Amino acid sequence: MRQLVSTRVPAAAVSRRQFTQGIATGALLLSPLRALSRGGEQRSGTVLTGPDFDLTIGETRVNFTGRPRVATTVNQQLPGPLLRMRQGDMVTLRVTNRLPVRSSIHWHGFIVPADMDGVPGLSFAGINPGATFVYRFRVNQYGTYWYHAHSRFQEQTGLSGPIVIERHGGERQRCDREHVIFLSDWSDADPEWIFATLKRQSDYFNFGKRTVGDFFADAHAQGLNAALANRRMWGEMRMEPTDLADVSGATYTYLVNGATPAANWTGLFQQGERVRLRFINGSSMSFFDVRIPGLRLTVIAADGQDVEPVTVDEFRIGTAEVLDVVVTPSAERAYTIFAQAMDRSGYARATLAPQPGMTADVPPLDPRILLTMSDMGMAHGRMGHMGQQSAATPEMPEMKPAADSRSRSAGPAIAVPQSESPSFGPMVDSVAENVSPRLDDPGPGLRDNGRRVLTYADLHTLGGPIDGRGPGREIELHLTGHMARYVWSFNGRKFSEAEPLRFSLGERLRLVLVNDSMMTHPIHLHGMWSEIEAHDGSFLARKHTVSVQPAQRLSYLVTADALGRWAYHCHLLYHMEAGMFREVVVARADLSPRGNHG
Amino acid sequence: MKLLVRVLLLGASAACRLALGEAQTGNAPVSQSEHVPPEPPALEIHDMTSRQMTAMMEMNDAAPLGMLLVDQLEGGYGNGVSSFGWYAQGWYGGDYDKLWLRTEGEQLAGSTENARVELLWDHVFSRWWSAQSGLRHDFQPGAARDWLALGVQGMAPYFFKIEATAYVGDAGRTAARLRAEYDLLFTQRLILQPELELNAYGKDDPAAEIASGLSDLQLALRLRYEIHREIAPYIGIVWLSRLGGTADLARSQGKEVSVLQAVAGLRVWL
Repeated sequence: MRQLVSTRVPAAAVSRRQFTQGIATGALLLSPLRALSRGGEQRSGTVLTGPDFDLTIGETRVNFTGRPRVATTVNQQLPGPLLRMRQGDMVTLRVTNRLPVRSSIHWHGFIVPADMDGVPGLSFAGINPGATFVYRFRVNQYGTYWYHAHSRFQEQTGLSGPIVIERHGGERQRCDREHVIFLSDWSDADPEWIFATLKRQSDYFNFGKRTVGDFFADAHAQGLNAALANRRMWGEMRMEPTDLADVSGATYTYLVNGATPAANWTGLFQQGERVRLRFINGSSMSFFDVRIPGLRLTVIAADGQDVEPVTVDEFRIGTAEVLDVVVTPSAERAYTIFAQAMDRSGYARATLAPQPGMTADVPPLDPRILLTMSDMGMAHGRMGHMGQQSAATPEMPEMKPAADSRSRSAGPAIAVPQSESPSFGPMVDSVAENVSPRLDDPGPGLRDNGRRVLTYADLHTLGGPIDGRGPGREIELHLTGHMARYVWSFNGRKFSEAEPLRFSLGERLRLVLVNDSMMTHPIHLHGMWSEIEAHDGSFLARKHTVSVQPAQRLSYLVTADALGRWAYHCHLLYHMEAGMFREVVVARADLSPRGNHG
Repeated sequence: MKLLVRVLLLGASAACRLALGEAQTGNAPVSQSEHVPPEPPALEIHDMTSRQMTAMMEMNDAAPLGMLLVDQLEGGYGNGVSSFGWYAQGWYGGDYDKLWLRTEGEQLAGSTENARVELLWDHVFSRWWSAQSGLRHDFQPGAARDWLALGVQGMAPYFFKIEATAYVGDAGRTAARLRAEYDLLFTQRLILQPELELNAYGKDDPAAEIASGLSDLQLALRLRYEIHREIAPYIGIVWLSRLGGTADLARSQGKEVSVLQAVAGLRVWL
């Protein structure tokens, strides 16, 4: 249930504050386009309970900033209704498309047959205007997930929503109450324009670039030589150390459960209760650094998978990632859920309170983050050659003893290219010389900030890996791109230039991701789990989306037990559209692999 | 009922594992993860070309795009003469290859100088540079000239934007042009842009009032305010100077050799 608090907002035309904070009534103005006469129909925060769901994709008028816009919605809601399912149920989701264009819904993190995965061109042909597609599959997993469009930019314009699957036999962590916290980034601008604009001027949305004044401040603080040396290095690379988000608060209003910061979505609790907060980053392009001043956050699940509880003050949540957190508010007061965008250009905000209408202080945004030379993978402060990293290759996680790898897991039976070599051509603007796993690194801007910040090294998924075998082979992929030309790719090859990755059915393999770019990329493999390895090769966490920091080399194991054609991509929407996407074909070893792309 | 589902589930899981030929052997750790592999797809998508697939995915990372940048559109006054100047580029194409249009020129005390339009094929060949080849047409006073153009443009270290082009015209004429600019941010919207442009010619061309060697130099400082990224009014100073033999030629005709202009203009792109 959405609670609204009246907060003062300027009455004049859209001010900067109104733009970033939104308007207090913003989330209320949802009304169906085709039934405007009814006006202001409020349908928000609805929960639909399975096993049968009827979902209608349509257009809905919204107003988050004072300027009316049309959003893409599910059942007239932004985000779409919460879908509650039970582990073990056979669910049926009838999705009707009332848009004038084709649409689709992908069940993010769901292990389902390939034809139920919802990716047009790979799973199915998409849902035509006026048509209904029936998704039907067994839900074998539990936890917090989400759904979103996989058609062009419909996710950006609102087509997404939360899913909660109740664990068979009850939750491991008993809680008195729970709230879904669905984070998203809304823009009044047309996403086609945003994409074209990034292609024309990639730093268009960065209003935090280094200025002449910053130079003198640095020279004062660090000395002239240090300030000059810093500018020289960035100047040689032709890159901007403030480039943490391609699309920023300059066009985004950040939302919690479809409510602007001014509208202040409020979740209730009673003093002393254990409250489970299901955080879903349903944004298109935004990483959020989340904390609740006054409360410690006990992380109990990541990407729907229960983990050994770990208590932190703050976490960074990448686009498409999910974290379940338990808090125990001990005081009869309000608490602010503060989710600042990684580039500090804005924030999403909500409140936990014993009563509707209560608010707590909203902390100021942290200072803007500057990427460092180590984020850029610079070994000795210079980035000259374009070759592969040579001397600086970090120690690989040791291979586990392949006790049971004598049969088909030892190697693929089909002629699979072991690993495609990267192509660092003109569309790759940097190649990190010095990369490392750094699983215990919270990432740029969160190191030594005085708070205990979650890292991947803190995540230990309960139950161990889905498959005890060691990897039969390894595929290394570089995360590459050219910021100024706004081209993104794996191994220097855009989707249109690349062959599908081919896995043999049943094999266990290691995917190694090397981030050569200066952005953090949330990489999502459809249909199969990504099981992150610790430095020593032991199992760490099972995830559907893995965020890879700049100059990080991260590996995970995958069991290719999902026959069919799957999407594998960066979940930053505009990176995906710019080419950071691959098809993965899982085929039986004795058959010629399918997949006709390329 | 739930129990039944559970049993069926476990059964399905085991069947799948068997089907995959992965029966757990010997000392393989038994998974506690409750993971159940998905069924094979009941329907497979029909075969199609990559173009059809891209269309179905609505994801085209090679879609062409265009841009028009009117970098300078300005009027000026100084040394007793008024001036008008423009510099604009437009392009259309993909990440690697673009059709590129460039035009620039000045009107100084009523006479047109360095007015030209170029139509180029822009091809990216390295991280920061693209090659440009095509045609240039001059609207020079007295003599219109046509040239073949070959050059590079790109971003040099320290964010200097460079255009360097060589030209071959008829009657053995040759020419070269270098242009460099830089953005210095005072704030996120208040930006100072120093600019340098240098022209040179290989042969005397009296009809065009040009002598061989370096012919002219333009140095400018423009301070713009980006109301929007796309719309930025600016003020600036521009120093134009004829050089060498071209300067002598101007002097002999009683023309100014160099002028300093205060300018005001608009930078617009879309």
